[in-house]
Amino acid sequence: MQGNPSTVMQPMVPSPHRILKVRRETGDVFSIETQPQAEESDFPFTPGQFNMVYVFGVGEVPLSISGDPARRKTLTHTIRGVGWVTRALQELKKGDMIGVRGPFGTPWPMEVAPGNDVLVIAGGVGLAPLRPVIYQLQAEREKYGNVSILYGARSPDDILYGKELEKWRGRFDLHVDVTVDSAQRGWMGNVGVVTQLIPKAMPDPDNTLAMICGPEVMMRFTIKELQKQGMSDTGIYLTMERNMKCAIGFCGHCQFGPQFICKDGPVFRFDRIRSIFGKREM
Amino acid sequence: MKSLQPILEEHPFFKGLERKYLELVVGCASNVRFEAEEVLFHEGDQADRFFLIRQGKVALEMTPPNKAPMIIDTVEEDLVFGWSWMVPPYQWHFDAQALTLVRAIAIDGKCLRKKCEEDHELGYELFKRFFSVVTERLQHTRMQLLDVYGAQT
Repeated sequence: MQGNPSTVMQPMVPSPHRILKVRRETGDVFSIETQPQAEESDFPFTPGQFNMVYVFGVGEVPLSISGDPARRKTLTHTIRGVGWVTRALQELKKGDMIGVRGPFGTPWPMEVAPGNDVLVIAGGVGLAPLRPVIYQLQAEREKYGNVSILYGARSPDDILYGKELEKWRGRFDLHVDVTVDSAQRGWMGNVGVVTQLIPKAMPDPDNTLAMICGPEVMMRFTIKELQKQGMSDTGIYLTMERNMKCAIGFCGHCQFGPQFICKDGPVFRFDRIRSIFGKREM
Repeated sequence: MKSLQPILEEHPFFKGLERKYLELVVGCASNVRFEAEEVLFHEGDQADRFFLIRQGKVALEMTPPNKAPMIIDTVEEDLVFGWSWMVPPYQWHFDAQALTLVRAIAIDGKCLRKKCEEDHELGYELFKRFFSVVTERLQHTRMQLLDVYGAQT
């Protein structure tokens, strides 16, 4: 377990955080920025890690961290309001308190990425757990080869972090391509699935690390396309979601074959889960 | 006038096609250009050609009843689109509109069909290539139908 010292000591005890900002991102997706209220007010994390976020009196939910890892004084989560807890989070306002346990889980492979081309592939709200990666790639841009960000969304209205994507697209040292499943006339961007964007973004498959986050079916097709382009399974990383409860590998709720998503994941190198990935009974 | 053969030869779609067949295809090919917003064809029009995009982006659209036109796919550089020229009654099943300036090579479907009838080897080579394009598009359409981003939690 990395990061927050209080969590390392007492992983089941949430620490109080005050909400600084709630921002609506798309129709049912919003981001909350919080500040730890404990004495050690820094909240270090590595891209890919998640927290258990507690809405007092309602319940707890695992949420990926979507903010900048260099900004340690505040913490950002991007959430889709689909269940009891996430809908309750949606109702909270600036100044309200929540509980946070974390950070938990394995990070994206930022330690092995330097020297390689990096391909970030996200679908839907799956861009949120990859945004910390994108911040770090930009902050240390000289360490990496070509950096491409490929993003697929349902429609133009569902594009997450639209303004930031535009900003990233404006950089000469990033290749950013976005596609949507369908659009009304007037949309000048791509329409189609995210896998269609891969061939143009893959100059050197032997020297590329791919990081994927999105619905499992999207990740399955993405992996097939990466393999078709010549990528090896050891260069492909993905993040998995299951019903995480304790977040420390005790309760077994998030068991995925021989692994626990909360402890052994959520980020996995594809060759390590290949035999169980995409199996219905898993 | 410069021949289109070197361009077709280098295009991934024709990779590995014997020179004698490529020459037959070149005989049916012409350069075309469409301004942004220009309509390439409408649904129901005679599908008398297919396109290899060299530059620009084309939107493929369908119009649901009582609704505005929806873009169902976009195609750009290095892609091939249009296979209705192969299947009777040779009519387009969607509208196509240039989103930007588009430069493409158009291959006359009627001309090519005639050559395929005369030489089935050429027909087989082209059908193999188109079948691969059709399969890929079908897979993409299935993924779009799944509405994966809508269902994600």
